[in-house]
Amino acid sequence: MAMVYVVVGIAVFCSLLLAVRFFYTKRARAPQNASVSLLVVAGSGGHTTEILRLLGSLSQSYSPRHYVLADSDKMSEDKIRSFEQKRAELSPSSSFTLNRIPRSREVRQSWSSSVLTTIRSIFYSLPLTFRLKPDLVLCNGPGTCVPICISALLLRLLGLKRVTIVYVESICRVENLSLSGKILYYFSNHFFVQWPTLKEKYPKSHYLGRIV
Amino acid sequence: MKSAFVTVGTTSFDGLVAAVTAPEALRVLQDLGYKRLVLQIGRGTVAPGSVSTPTFTQEVYRYKNSLSKDIQESDLVISHAGAGSCLEVLEAGKPLLVVVNDKLMNNHQLELARQLHRDGHLFYCTCGTLIKTLQSMDLSTLKPFPPGQPEKFAAFLDKVVGI
Repeated sequence: MAMVYVVVGIAVFCSLLLAVRFFYTKRARAPQNASVSLLVVAGSGGHTTEILRLLGSLSQSYSPRHYVLADSDKMSEDKIRSFEQKRAELSPSSSFTLNRIPRSREVRQSWSSSVLTTIRSIFYSLPLTFRLKPDLVLCNGPGTCVPICISALLLRLLGLKRVTIVYVESICRVENLSLSGKILYYFSNHFFVQWPTLKEKYPKSHYLGRIV
Repeated sequence: MKSAFVTVGTTSFDGLVAAVTAPEALRVLQDLGYKRLVLQIGRGTVAPGSVSTPTFTQEVYRYKNSLSKDIQESDLVISHAGAGSCLEVLEAGKPLLVVVNDKLMNNHQLELARQLHRDGHLFYCTCGTLIKTLQSMDLSTLKPFPPGQPEKFAAFLDKVVGI
């Protein structure tokens, strides 16, 4: 008998979830305005430089740009601010925000403790991603991007927002994907690599040559 | 004045600093016509002093906000294998010799330097083969490095979001 209650309970929960999903997805899709809000995951070690190059080529329609960076990352903020300053001179209406979350993985941190710190940063990423509800998440490999993309995925699965996740593997990766890349290959909507060797290994990826 | 610039990036690479400033290496550099050597040594413990003679000058510093001026002013850059440094130098159109730190053999940063070497954009050696490489390499054989094309990415994204 208890089994039946559990099954009925699950069924009710699932249909509620689907109803919520249907309702919200319809609402989220309705007003197609021209601007695309971006959630950009920055990170030290050249990641920020690369992602700013990608952003530099995007039109003014991609606004606002919400940057997420690890709280221990000082250099990225300067780079982002100087990029945005130049951007503002071209288009006064464009806007950006800076958002900090705890780093999910330090360089050379062990696998097992990475799992714990990643779970910790999911607690910070979830409310942030749910509040910003971006149209597009753009990232290229720093540890911080995994919890952010998981949050974006959840936003999508719950039907709260049709977020598109775009991952661009760093130019540094010639033969092997980064750890973030290996995970997000399966969870992103569009996955880019910048070397033909990786395109062969990961056939689902996009390859347009060097794009940074 | 023909000058060479050595950079170790944000950490340290004592092996490289020691190898470049060894008397024999300095002699080879001068034989090749270099009259000025600038070294960025990071937080390394091997810290050679400045030298100023009528025929040769050597300048040493740990960090600068931007290395672009030193790269621009040099005729050859001798660098660690860091991806950021490699790309910055190649984009500035300067001849590049990457010195690999054997102690960090499995570092993923090496992937890029190795590939750029295979494609003929830079020379590649270890501290032990530095002198031999300096003598044998022909900078005129290096292929220019074409710039990346982020506009292709932008066009793709425009299609995805429908603008």
